[in-house]
Amino acid sequence: MEKTVNHKAWFLVLPVLVLVAFSAVIPLMTVVNYSVQDSFGNNQFFWVGIEWFQEILTSERIHNALGRQLMFSAIILAIEIPLGVFIALNMPKRGIWASVCLVLMALPLLIPWNVVGTIWQVFGRVDIGLLGHTLAAMGIDYNYTQDAFDAWVTVIVMDVWHWTSLVALLAYAGLQSIPEAYYQAAKIDQASRWAVFRYIELPKMQGVLLIAILLRFMDSFMIYTEPFVVTGGGPGNATTFLSIDLVKMALGQFDLGPAAAFSIMYFLVILLISWVFYTVMTNLDKREGA
Amino acid sequence: MAHTAATTGSAARARTIALPRINGRALVMIAYLTFLLLPIYWLLNMSLKTNTEILNTFTLWPNDITFDNYRTILTDPAWYMGYVNSLIYVVMNTVISLAVALPAAYAFSRYHFMGDKHLFFWLLTNRMAPPAVFALPFFQLYSSVGLFDTHIAVALAHCLFNVPLAVWILEGFMRGVPKEIDETAYIDGYSFPRFFVKIFMPLIASGIGVAAFFCFMFSWVELLLSRTLTTVDAKPIAAIMTRTQGAAGIDWGVLAAAGILTIIPGALVIYFVRNYIAKGFALGRV
Repeated sequence: MEKTVNHKAWFLVLPVLVLVAFSAVIPLMTVVNYSVQDSFGNNQFFWVGIEWFQEILTSERIHNALGRQLMFSAIILAIEIPLGVFIALNMPKRGIWASVCLVLMALPLLIPWNVVGTIWQVFGRVDIGLLGHTLAAMGIDYNYTQDAFDAWVTVIVMDVWHWTSLVALLAYAGLQSIPEAYYQAAKIDQASRWAVFRYIELPKMQGVLLIAILLRFMDSFMIYTEPFVVTGGGPGNATTFLSIDLVKMALGQFDLGPAAAFSIMYFLVILLISWVFYTVMTNLDKREGA
Repeated sequence: MAHTAATTGSAARARTIALPRINGRALVMIAYLTFLLLPIYWLLNMSLKTNTEILNTFTLWPNDITFDNYRTILTDPAWYMGYVNSLIYVVMNTVISLAVALPAAYAFSRYHFMGDKHLFFWLLTNRMAPPAVFALPFFQLYSSVGLFDTHIAVALAHCLFNVPLAVWILEGFMRGVPKEIDETAYIDGYSFPRFFVKIFMPLIASGIGVAAFFCFMFSWVELLLSRTLTTVDAKPIAAIMTRTQGAAGIDWGVLAAAGILTIIPGALVIYFVRNYIAKGFALGRV
């Protein structure tokens, strides 16, 4: 749509600006403030410059958490994106069953995150959980509170359970926008199923898949509640991801300086990725609009 | 497939290929939906059992159905006030988010103004901001202004990600409304507020509904911030649940019942927004 230039539109945006500034900028300033100071208590602070940043950058603990985080996000994406697309391709296209599928699939997305954790914590328990009990009955040694590998599997299966539907719903919305004529043309050309997917469906899903990938990346990158409820970051530190580590540092040990420095770098990474997301997305918008 | 049966051999061959595929599709969906529903069923199953049955016998369905777990929650203020608290701040948040997002989304969808692109991007970054980064500063900010442990504090904190979300979703819907409608209304002598409320808002009613649903939902599912900002008076149900988990003898039945009760609000309204869910999650970009 043609937009007109009107600087008075700022007045319409002002409430949002004030509100978000109050809930984002002021807290961020506090964080910046802490990141360059140290305290002996009693609210007495002194300047330490970039010391905390150096500490965080060279900290083994943060490196490990970051490594685990990246691995987690990579595994999540590698499973959820193809699986989501696959599910979307198999969904009924219209009718009552399409509605049933949509509603049931969206259900996990609406469950409070700690309840998601609780559900899987219970589900995986060997004594009272269906999953744990079944695995134990099959003779598989499974215990997510003791074994790091089992904890990882549980957390990943939980995330797949929780979020694959999001990818599927987005891909489904992309598929719905393909006109029937495209499929008919493909049929006339006797295109194979793979060719239809590769040259019709996939390009049409490009935009939504991009959103799906970035949403899943961002959300898995800051995951906190679900693994915290299931494993508490353990066993040991096996499932301590960045957010869990940060909360431990800030609210558990009250190490304000390092936690603040950590927060800022964490946020900068997010900012960078958001920017890439935004640029690619607006370019896609433009190309579709043209 | 009826039409293929009437025609030649090639069509018959197509049918033999097509049939297993259709069955395959149904199988895939059944398998996936089973995977989704099984853990939820298990929670429901547990919530209808007594603790003795949960711990001592392994049963696939409750042999001795009891509603005591639900009764415990719905009669104990320490439990059910959690739901009330959650609902209060979630509704407050939804109202605030929509009230500020509506004019802003209109501005973004209709006008170019200084810094609009940067502002729009900056809003997005807040949706992407990790709550863990904000937990401590929020705690200090709201403590210092005396809002700690109030509903409004949680509502405002959740605005951090819900306002950007609402702006993005609404902007997506508003784009679809032709600009001629605005212009005609101005020619007819409508003032901006009157035009906005009387003509424009009814046109994007579904968009407002979807934005409200997503604000409601993201505020409802969030735990980290709401837990950090409350202790007693505004404690959300989700936080009350985590506290119960830590105790030595966990009351599994009540925990499961509380979990089931938190699923209900979302499950009730999901039918109405089922066709817009993707659009909402994609920040209005589908």
